[in-house]
Amino acid sequence: MHDTESDDDRLDRAFLALADPVRRNLVARLSRSSATVNELAEPFPMSKQAVSRHIQVLERAGLITRTRDGQRRPCHLAPAALEELTSWIDGYRLAAEARYRALDEVLAAMKTANKPRDE
Amino acid sequence: MTPKNALVVTAEPGVPFVDSVREVDAPVADVFRAYTDPALVAQWLGPREMAMAISSWDARIGGTWAYTHTAPDGNAYGFRGVFHDVTPNQGIVQTFEYDGFPGHVSLDRVVFEDLGGRTRIVNHTTFQTQEDRDGMMASGMEGGMAEGYERLEELLAKK
Repeated sequence: MHDTESDDDRLDRAFLALADPVRRNLVARLSRSSATVNELAEPFPMSKQAVSRHIQVLERAGLITRTRDGQRRPCHLAPAALEELTSWIDGYRLAAEARYRALDEVLAAMKTANKPRDE
Repeated sequence: MTPKNALVVTAEPGVPFVDSVREVDAPVADVFRAYTDPALVAQWLGPREMAMAISSWDARIGGTWAYTHTAPDGNAYGFRGVFHDVTPNQGIVQTFEYDGFPGHVSLDRVVFEDLGGRTRIVNHTTFQTQEDRDGMMASGMEGGMAEGYERLEELLAKK
């Protein structure tokens, strides 16, 4: 519990950004390769403007970045941001796992105490 | 080394839930006791590097629970709640609140599935909002997280 204020804010934004199924789809699409807004908008039954707004949310959340390539402005996934999201779950998972390992030990000790002749 | 009794955690975006499933090599009666007898609870609940002091663990309908984790640096973290439902050998429903984040109460439901000598522990936690879930878990897990990595390193070192 130290200076994670900005980390927390960033995580909040990232999780909120990913709370929308369209944006999760966009992230999934970008995990395969970079793409322009036009290319990203193609599979969705919505306007390019609507997709563009979703892209902006993802960009503000630090989940994607955009570069300039002549006339094109392709979107890229920001691997570090996604890694942070994954490690958030991994961290929780590891904490829970540590607790369960301790529970395993308690249960093993109970088994021995209950049935000393048990194998 | 096979991943026996692997823990599965699910925290979907857009919902205020965390789900986890874990099996243990013990009969359901032992698991229920390990969750309801405070002397046993003190041995496993909470990060290993923190001292655990249970001031109340009245595992019956309407009973209260409270404990404090004290870190090596002297910082203490208090938690408390109420047992809403305690069904012997089947499951427990209880509220959970961290003193440092008052008012943000979550509801923990744990179900013990009898696998015949083994038990599947199924957890479902409901937070008031997704923000509560994310904030609570991101801050509350740091100690356990460090320990988890430590243990992972120990485990990998043995290979």
